[in-house]
Amino acid sequence: MTTFEAILLTIVTASTPLLIAALGELVTERSGVLNLGVEGMMAMGAACSFAAAVTFDSTLLGVAAGMLAGVLMAALFALVVLGFAANQVGSGLALTIFGLGLSGLVGAPFVGARRDPIAHIDIPVLSDIPVIGRLFFEQDLFVYGSMALTILIALYLTRTRSGLTLRSIGENHTSANALGLPVWRVRFWAILFGGACSGLAGAYLALVYTRFWSPGMTAGRGWIALALVVFAAWRPGWLLVGAYIFGAATVLQLHAQAAQFGVPPQVLSAVPYLATILALLLLSLRRGRAVGAPGSLGVPFVPDR
Amino acid sequence: MKPDVSSSGPPLVELQGISKRYGDLLANDGIDLAIEPGEIHALLGENGAGKSTLVKILYGVIEPSAGEIRWEGRPVSIGSPVEARNLGLGMVFQHFSLFDELTVAENIAVALSGEWSLSTVRSKLGDISRTYGLALDADRAVWTLSAGERQRIEIVRCLLQNPRLLILDEPTSVLTPQEAEHLFATLDRLSADGCSILYISHKLEEVRRLCRRATILRGGRVVATIDPRAKSAREIAALMVGNEVGEVRTDAPHRVQGEVLRVSRLSIPPAGLHGQALRDIDLVARAGEVVGIAGVAGNGQSELFAALSGERPAERADVVVIAGKPVGTVGIDARRRLGAAFVPEERLGHAAAPTHRLSENTLISHASAEVSRSGFILVNAARRLARSIIQGFDVRTPEGDPQARKLSGGNLQKFVIGREIIRRPKLIIVDQPTWGVDAGAARLIRQALVDLARAGSAVVVVSQDLDELFEVADRMAVIHQGQLSPLKPVSEWTREAIGLEMLGVAQGQGGVHAL
Amino acid sequence: MRFELTPRASVSPVMRALAPVAAFVTAFLIAGFVIWLMGRSPVAAFDVYVLQPLSDPWSLQELAVKATPLALIAIGLSYCFRANLWNIGAEGQYVIGAVLGSWLALRTHGTEAGAWVLPLMLILGVVGGALYGLIPAFLKTRFGVNEILTSLMLVYVAQLILDYLVRGPWRDPKGFNFPQSVTFDPSATLHPVLEGGRVHYGALFALVAVLLTAVILGRTLFGYRLKLTGDAPRAARFAGFSAKATTMAVFAISGGLAGLAGISEVSGQIGQLQPSISPGYGFTAITVAFLGRLNPIGILIAALVVALTFIGGESAQILLKLPLDLTQAFQGILLLCVLAADALVSYRIRFVTRGGGK
Repeated sequence: MTTFEAILLTIVTASTPLLIAALGELVTERSGVLNLGVEGMMAMGAACSFAAAVTFDSTLLGVAAGMLAGVLMAALFALVVLGFAANQVGSGLALTIFGLGLSGLVGAPFVGARRDPIAHIDIPVLSDIPVIGRLFFEQDLFVYGSMALTILIALYLTRTRSGLTLRSIGENHTSANALGLPVWRVRFWAILFGGACSGLAGAYLALVYTRFWSPGMTAGRGWIALALVVFAAWRPGWLLVGAYIFGAATVLQLHAQAAQFGVPPQVLSAVPYLATILALLLLSLRRGRAVGAPGSLGVPFVPDR
Repeated sequence: MKPDVSSSGPPLVELQGISKRYGDLLANDGIDLAIEPGEIHALLGENGAGKSTLVKILYGVIEPSAGEIRWEGRPVSIGSPVEARNLGLGMVFQHFSLFDELTVAENIAVALSGEWSLSTVRSKLGDISRTYGLALDADRAVWTLSAGERQRIEIVRCLLQNPRLLILDEPTSVLTPQEAEHLFATLDRLSADGCSILYISHKLEEVRRLCRRATILRGGRVVATIDPRAKSAREIAALMVGNEVGEVRTDAPHRVQGEVLRVSRLSIPPAGLHGQALRDIDLVARAGEVVGIAGVAGNGQSELFAALSGERPAERADVVVIAGKPVGTVGIDARRRLGAAFVPEERLGHAAAPTHRLSENTLISHASAEVSRSGFILVNAARRLARSIIQGFDVRTPEGDPQARKLSGGNLQKFVIGREIIRRPKLIIVDQPTWGVDAGAARLIRQALVDLARAGSAVVVVSQDLDELFEVADRMAVIHQGQLSPLKPVSEWTREAIGLEMLGVAQGQGGVHAL
Repeated sequence: MRFELTPRASVSPVMRALAPVAAFVTAFLIAGFVIWLMGRSPVAAFDVYVLQPLSDPWSLQELAVKATPLALIAIGLSYCFRANLWNIGAEGQYVIGAVLGSWLALRTHGTEAGAWVLPLMLILGVVGGALYGLIPAFLKTRFGVNEILTSLMLVYVAQLILDYLVRGPWRDPKGFNFPQSVTFDPSATLHPVLEGGRVHYGALFALVAVLLTAVILGRTLFGYRLKLTGDAPRAARFAGFSAKATTMAVFAISGGLAGLAGISEVSGQIGQLQPSISPGYGFTAITVAFLGRLNPIGILIAALVVALTFIGGESAQILLKLPLDLTQAFQGILLLCVLAADALVSYRIRFVTRGGGK
């Protein structure tokens, strides 16, 4: 394997958690709910999955625990923003603060532990194609899963009845309620789905990407996932593109740091964050305003009853 | 309970003793109503009489506090719109429940129960369109459609469910006279096919055109059930309003003086994706006259208001001239200082902040005047000002200085209009002055605007209500898709001519506005 | 099961005042439950977290020290939040304020510079924070970029800038390679209010900010402008208040106050620059602002209350071996409870179990 191939492989690994978390948030936002707690749910997903994987020596149980943690966090958020119609921005922030703190408690006993790499699935013949063969056809299950999820969500949103209902509710919850669409229920499930994805993304970080746990290991990836949803104009296909661009930026700056170009490492570390701002800026320049945002995004829903 | 013994079978739907209480307010008070199969039944009443509450109860959107609903003689409980639809009710809301970003077909599909695919929805849409003359393009996004077309979506949605009872809430408020006539023909055909229709309105003429029975509500109660064709419009109006409402007096000495507002070749690109552009608008308002601007909602009225008020300044200064000063590029504050006053369409959230007290709300348009000094608020002065508006314009308030949201629509409208008139403006521009307010308040507001003009101010009234414009305006123009027709004295306009302008098919218009 | 919310016709002032208290109690109960789950005694934790700090003079001073940056930042944030603008990057503005102010301290280090150094440092701190806060405001007003994400991203950038400086050009050459600057000269140090005490003059700045803000929000057109912009943005435009100018102003104010907090902390408390100069004050201040109901006096009280959790957290780490992260988790739960309680004040909530038809 050449260095070039190795870099490409790490790009895939770095992009996958961004993609998974952003896909979940995309579904939540299309239902009209802004959950800024992605970072916190991811952190909890990482800590719980790592704790479970080490305790039971099972990657599968680890992943399940990570997703469950994400779902439970999301359920807490749903209770506050749906049940109490509380401010979504504030509640999402609170969820992040809470998740970062709690993940520290959960993960503390497991600092220093390591997990073995998980198996890569080799698709015969195809993986023998030079360069792209190993890149696309000899990856772990999560990578394939994240690709499949992108397609499934795209199909779900545009082709299914339930997807149409979800989009309608996100577009205009007052109209949706007048038509008798179950605003509350659809949003509840959409929030939980977002939580499961964030938890899974966290699990991937801890079990596959780093294979150890350290406090604050999400390092703003949840926030970048949120920005990706805006960047992708709430469309799953563009999310895939955006996640891989950001994954590449993250990996390349790490390699640049290792290569010691004489640029301070902090400058390179700042690249993903500055790139996020730049991406949001370019997007606004191109479109003038946030086109594609669901009409009811972030607005608390209080039915007229 | 006594069985129904009428020979023609039970009514399709029967409401008995329906009541709905919101805190201290009894919106519906023991309402009885019966609708026969195939009947077009009118529900008449002023704004605030309880019509909307009643139909929302019937459609399962809100729960009644008391009372019973019988469907073909059987008591039923309608817990949600889905249950209502399953029973056979369809409803066309006054404010459409549409999704702007979705296509026509998606908008229809999302409201359907049972199994469907988008292609079956498309073909069914074609069938219904042909049968009832409701032309619609299945793949257009809703935000590109006119109000009339949007209403057709709502009607098609209902018809696809094969309803037994179709409810229409103020359906003509967004239509041109010609579109309204088209709608009536569709409703006649539906009724002939055996579908019952509950037609909610406060417009007498169309009720007399369509219905044989009308139930009249006032203050949340049924005051009469009548045959609208057997009574004069005056008699029905008296039932709706209670004590007879006087006419606006416009006979004061009428001296038109110099120009206060001149708009010349005002063009504004659309604001955002779904906005309406303004094209080459010319308009003059002189001291002492009321200028009316008619038009169907969404044809650029709010854009025109924003351009005249300065909430959205234009590119060039000379396109808007107020009191001789070119102000096209300056903001609303500078225009106010020249003696202009503005009243936007939305009372809550635009003209007034819902959660702020009335005294605080005076600051919105008086900030540079007597209620503040060097950046500090003069709290007592603001309270005094609010009190004089409340007294001068008969604003009924639940307490001394309540939050704006605690006032009824009519009282809040009197407050926001009074807040501007009390400044004795040289020019006032009012968007939909009596939209959704009760008859008494509407008369007071119209009188105040006419009196202001007679006292020497220029008044511009933008309204969808033709009756109102014929009542108060001296000269009138029609706005259609961001273009304004020539301004003519009211005596030279007929309803038909206005209707044609509203549709954009008036003679000669193309020539006048061609480049 | 479903929820039903009905807006309350009137909200009693008593309820408004009690809501944050109820939220605080609820958050305590939840935290107690978590501690119990961890196999520790919630009673002992309550003693260490709350009772001991309140009964010890040293801790009481420490309380004021910790409350100072919280109050300063939260007061600034209340300007943004009232106008419904989401500056969540106060942590970054705090850092940049500290960096810019410290630049002067390091430049004048070892010289005979006089009493002008400290005031100028404080001004630079305010300017640095304000300018850094204006970045997301500018991006929002000029290009329509969402301020939530940009202000947050800039936190990471600010921390990296600080990290670079203290490991690189600003590192103390005699500091045994530790990533920290030289210790500030006395002329660059914010002194204690009382001789020998720990409470520095930053606490006075916080008090002044509270009082000034109370006047500005309650009595001036500018304060009304913020309220109107937040409560009814279209009415604010109708009143002639430019939304862009409002955005720039509140971000400059909150950034400036965060910067002041940063330089005060560094020059009054830490005495030098180091990679970490805040235990997350900028984020915790968001909780403080809401717990104080965006009211200046409320924020002052809330800052003291939340400062208690920092001190309690430190002693719990030592005495009970409870990790410091517990404090952060508690602050998150507290914010959730506060927001839920706010909603409970405005709405009546019923839990309805599904009955009747489907």
